[in-house]
Amino acid sequence: MNPFSSELWSPYLVGAGIGILVWLGFLLSNKAIGCSTAYARTFGMAEKFVRGDKVEEKTYYKRFKPEIDWEWMLVLGIVVGALLSSLLSGSFRIEMVPRVWENTFGSSHILRFTGALIGGLLLGFGARMAGGCTSGHGISGTSQLSVGSWLAFLFFFIGGIVTAVLIYGGI
Amino acid sequence: MLERLYGRKKLQLFLGFLIGIGFGFLLDRGGATDFNIIVDQLLLEDFRVLKIIFTAIITGMIGLHVIVKLTPAELQPKRCRWKPIIIGGLIFGVGFAVLGLCPGTAAGAMGTGAVHAVFGVIGMLIGAGIFASVYTHIQEFMSESDLGPMTIPDSLGVNPWWIILTFSIVLAAVMFLLEIAGF
Repeated sequence: MNPFSSELWSPYLVGAGIGILVWLGFLLSNKAIGCSTAYARTFGMAEKFVRGDKVEEKTYYKRFKPEIDWEWMLVLGIVVGALLSSLLSGSFRIEMVPRVWENTFGSSHILRFTGALIGGLLLGFGARMAGGCTSGHGISGTSQLSVGSWLAFLFFFIGGIVTAVLIYGGI
Repeated sequence: MLERLYGRKKLQLFLGFLIGIGFGFLLDRGGATDFNIIVDQLLLEDFRVLKIIFTAIITGMIGLHVIVKLTPAELQPKRCRWKPIIIGGLIFGVGFAVLGLCPGTAAGAMGTGAVHAVFGVIGMLIGAGIFASVYTHIQEFMSESDLGPMTIPDSLGVNPWWIILTFSIVLAAVMFLLEIAGF
């Protein structure tokens, strides 16, 4: 099904590698890998740039300071790492509309960009309400056997599966 | 020695960046930066993503519990605020299916040339920003169901290694059955 299957590694190898990166995060930095706070901090930095230092007075930004931290650098690293991987495997390509989306909604760029924006909005809001994302809860949190993280992991997938079936399932 | 390493701010940022590069590389090789693979997982047609996550959890939980025993690194389980976790988790899930990527894999997808993922990232920035703005109005909802940073072994009063063993067996069995079923 996937046209780039030759460039894909075994999911078990990839999963074990990610598990080892979780070890390294704790061992070298005493940090749990996670991604979603970086988005809140970045928005805060943009808001601070526009509205000035008073932005830091917001209760939420007192907890998550609008500044570049370990997790922010991690997310930046993800962009670079995926770029390197796709250049090395030759799978790098400009993608406007993914195949499965196109099967349901057609090839309109504007429609896909709008959908991605709305999806992103829900992800950003939901992740901050739940206190983490697929990485922070789904991998690091579950590995620490946190009750809340297992609960979050479950509900990420319940929401995701039901929505995907309704949208792309062709029912 | 490790504690001194934790205190070196600039080096720490660089380490975060390096671990991120490894993470992005692996996510891409696993196919997790691809909208199609993520949505096929959510449609339960392809179980690549779940296999990656389950293997990462087994590897992660065993290693982490050894690391916190032997080094100054500490477990930092997130607080179990069950109401926001359930509601936020469901909202996240809807976004997960619509964007076809999550906060980490969307960053990765941008690196592989997915232009639509850039709009997803912009959406996530705005969504997180909206949450920061409404936070003061929903603080009661955010804290009323807070059970603290609870872990499964603590709440059951058992040695974590029993839970690690049980979960490893269950997750491995699920993956084994998926392979047998041809997924």
